[in-house]
Amino acid sequence: MHVPFAVRAVELTRRFGDVVAVDRVTFAIPRGEVWGVLGPNGAGKSTTVRMLCGILDPTEGRAEVLGLDVRRDREAIKQRIGYVSQRFGLWPDLTVRENLEFYARAYGLPGAEARRQVEGWLGRSELAEWAHQRVAALPAGFRQWLALGCAVLHRPAVLFLDEPTAGVDPLSRRRFWELIHHFAKEGTAVLVTTHAMDEAAHCDRLAFLYGGRIVAQGKPEEIRRTGADGAVLEIQTDRPAEALRVVEGHPAVRDAGLHGAAVHLVLRDPEAAESVVGFLRQQGIPVHSVAAVLPSLEDVFVHLVEALEGGA
Amino acid sequence: MTEQVAVRCAGLVRRFGPRVALDHLDLEVASGEVFVVVGPDGAGKSTLLRVLCGLSEPTEGDAWVLGKSVRREPEAVRERVGYVPQQVGLYGDLTAWENLRLYADLYRVPRAAFETRARSLLRELRLAGVEGRITAALSGGMRQKLALACALVHRPQVLLLDEPTAGVDPVSRRQFWRALYDLHRQGITLVLTTPYLDEAERASRVALLHRGRLVACDDPRGLRGSLPGCVLELVAQPRAHARSVLRARSDVRGVYVFGDRDRVWYTGPDVGTLRRFLEGEGVRVEILRPVPPSLEDVFVARLSEGA
Repeated sequence: MHVPFAVRAVELTRRFGDVVAVDRVTFAIPRGEVWGVLGPNGAGKSTTVRMLCGILDPTEGRAEVLGLDVRRDREAIKQRIGYVSQRFGLWPDLTVRENLEFYARAYGLPGAEARRQVEGWLGRSELAEWAHQRVAALPAGFRQWLALGCAVLHRPAVLFLDEPTAGVDPLSRRRFWELIHHFAKEGTAVLVTTHAMDEAAHCDRLAFLYGGRIVAQGKPEEIRRTGADGAVLEIQTDRPAEALRVVEGHPAVRDAGLHGAAVHLVLRDPEAAESVVGFLRQQGIPVHSVAAVLPSLEDVFVHLVEALEGGA
Repeated sequence: MTEQVAVRCAGLVRRFGPRVALDHLDLEVASGEVFVVVGPDGAGKSTLLRVLCGLSEPTEGDAWVLGKSVRREPEAVRERVGYVPQQVGLYGDLTAWENLRLYADLYRVPRAAFETRARSLLRELRLAGVEGRITAALSGGMRQKLALACALVHRPQVLLLDEPTAGVDPVSRRQFWRALYDLHRQGITLVLTTPYLDEAERASRVALLHRGRLVACDDPRGLRGSLPGCVLELVAQPRAHARSVLRARSDVRGVYVFGDRDRVWYTGPDVGTLRRFLEGEGVRVEILRPVPPSLEDVFVARLSEGA
């Protein structure tokens, strides 16, 4: 049977007592696509992932992974997916190699294939020199590499990655993402949650979760074009922190934040750009350059959260 | 006030068994700096902060905080330093206020001074109102700010923060940086580690650690200027083919996926040469243009050189 979508959720809902953690979420992820889920802490990202992995039962609605029902076929699902969770899965008292070997056995890889996959991962992830280190003493970034390794040894068709790069250094993060794209190109569907907006830009599609609901979704470029309401100015100054403070009270500025060392101002009215820059200079802030830019994903993120919190 | 050295390391070594976490580190941070330490995992960043706050003793060499040696005067160092560890050291079953009181007692803040100090910290950090709440029930961003308040309760002049914004959502991250800038304005020296190089762009100076050694230390502009060659943004079809022919060139030092485009670190003659080369290889070039290097480019370049 041909299943067009690797993951499909329809009106998926999970309550914990009175709290609705995930609220009628509907989406579909095709094979070979990298799907990013963004949202503040507590938005329902991890709960959604755990339902799709068959770890947590939905209260209402349904979801299928590779055509299998998350309620009825949970054991079959677990054999076919890879899952990197935020807080568990690795054995702290075992070494790096022992953890990989444990997962290879758990997924039923035959001996020779298990050895090949474990060695392969040790080499490709640069964990080789840590192979005999107990996980408890492993730096956080390497722990994430190990968790990813344990999740992909059996070549799953779907990967769920819950903040897989938290605490991973930039060089490692680039390699991590090259691998994620490599898996996707081989047909793996990937669902990844992250707080890093530069990573979100790597995804084919993004869903923005807030209060258990999807409040925006689309390609990163679409979200940037339509997600923030207003014009964004990027200002270069050598006193960014002061510029922020000065400009916060200005009536035309809806939002202000730092991007690296540049200041991004979200203006209610694009016409106000000149007067805001004039105001900054008048307050003694040197402005080296001003450019109208497309809102960054972070601008959109902050805008959505603040709009929703203001309306609550 | 005269320029003062907040932190100094001289020949600092820290070993854990056969592993060298810090390898003859020499470093100076001036008072009032926002000093950001970056580096790959296992580079020694956390160890450095733990030595500076007196939690971990140097194996060789020494470090001084405001002139006090971490070896000989650890008590004096602890009085002057606030430390926010990676695993936030708060008791989940206590209220926010009780956590503050606990830290105040540990740092021997007089009871009379505590109340005023704690109130003003909560106000400055926009935490007023959470006093009576159980810490475990606070949001991640709030817990992070509470940890900051606890580290500040004894009025340290130097604050050490270990990846304070890892795993924090963008809204909370903005609020956290706002709080850091307020502290900076009060004259507190900030030394922090981060996995996010956009944060390093805001530093007065950035130190790049690799295998326990200081590979580079400069202000962001100086670091960006130190990159040999240039960084090009590339959009081309077929993408994989373009990457593989580029990687075969010795003057292309790196090709990295960056969302829907690639970043190419190029040390060859001029961009036109590279464009003609690509077209000669059957690549359709849509965009090939120099972009300002980011600190991340510099970081990646320095580390791939060292490897």
